Amino acid sequence: MIVELRNPTRTVEFDEAMSVAKLLNRLKVDRGSVLVICDGTLVPYDSKLAADAVVEIRNVISGGAA
Amino acid sequence: MKCRVCRGPAVIDLKRHNANFCGEHFLRFCNSQVEKAIGEYDMFTKEDKLLVAVSGGKDSLAVWAILIELGYQADGLYIGLGIGDYSDISGQYAKDFAEARDLNLHVVDLVEEYGYDVPNGSKAAKRVPCSACGMSKRHIFDRVALEHGYDVLVTGHNLDDEAAVLFGNVLHWQTDYLARQHPVLPERDGMPRKVKPLVRLDEREMAAYCVVSGIDYMLDECPMSAGNSHLRYKDALNLVEQNSPGTKQAFFHKFLSQGAPFFADAGEEARAELGTCATCGGPTPNDVCAFCRLVERAGGQPVKLTRAPARS
Repeated sequence: MIVELRNPTRTVEFDEAMSVAKLLNRLKVDRGSVLVICDGTLVPYDSKLAADAVVEIRNVISGGAA
Repeated sequence: MKCRVCRGPAVIDLKRHNANFCGEHFLRFCNSQVEKAIGEYDMFTKEDKLLVAVSGGKDSLAVWAILIELGYQADGLYIGLGIGDYSDISGQYAKDFAEARDLNLHVVDLVEEYGYDVPNGSKAAKRVPCSACGMSKRHIFDRVALEHGYDVLVTGHNLDDEAAVLFGNVLHWQTDYLARQHPVLPERDGMPRKVKPLVRLDEREMAAYCVVSGIDYMLDECPMSAGNSHLRYKDALNLVEQNSPGTKQAFFHKFLSQGAPFFADAGEEARAELGTCATCGGPTPNDVCAFCRLVERAGGQPVKLTRAPARS
């Protein structure tokens, strides 16, 4: 599994399939601060991600608006 | 995980609502939260002309999209702040959004119109960048609204933004700021009403709205915002929210319903009589407004305010 993260931009790879919850725990990422996107689609916390999935973890916290 | 409404596969779980939604019902949920905020705080009607301040980020593009979806008359305003590539790219997101939906977008470029940019302006005025940026944006929001006859200025501040500002104001007991913290700032001295229709939706929900509805937005953060106190307050509140979902919502909305009345007097005391800025003609308690002083220190040139003729 290829996982893309931002701020800073980096890529992390895992060999096995796992749930979104497990992936976020492994990366020590708070689920409330990110979206997990796989093949352009949002995936919820209990989804299983395939071993060959390409996943984006998108931070949603921003410094302000407009 | 199933959608609370249709029992189809969910794409998002919202812990503070103890609910999951599929894409379609999540978008409807966001629209309904915005409608609820507009009605609850009497923000505007379908007869009002709205100007949406857009940065190219998720919140401002989402609120513009939702207002159009709900049938409001809403144009956009993008301000080029001169923050290098960040401004160029964010501006392109705003322009692409407007063009793809055939919406009207006003563009004001600080360097072209005023002769300075935020990095140099903040140095010259000895202000932190976010302060110089915010002051510049607020002035230009008012200017464009006045020049084009908009009734209401809409910003994309969401629940996280407002909770973080409230947290900072409470930590420092800024009673005059607490008095003004409300989703609606009434029109005053010819300046438009200012409203925040996203106060019932948080950052994750707005980012999800963009992903589900196919809105491309600027993902990178402003390089000048790193380390600002607003972000630290968000981090602190998110730590609490992790263990107690719904805390941010209760903190902000219960402040509005139960806490804000206690600070109303502080707001009245702080509301100085406003005169007219000798340089730009805008409202100010001083001879020259803070924005024109910033422009002057930064070596730029001020722009005189003109007002659109009143509508019959």
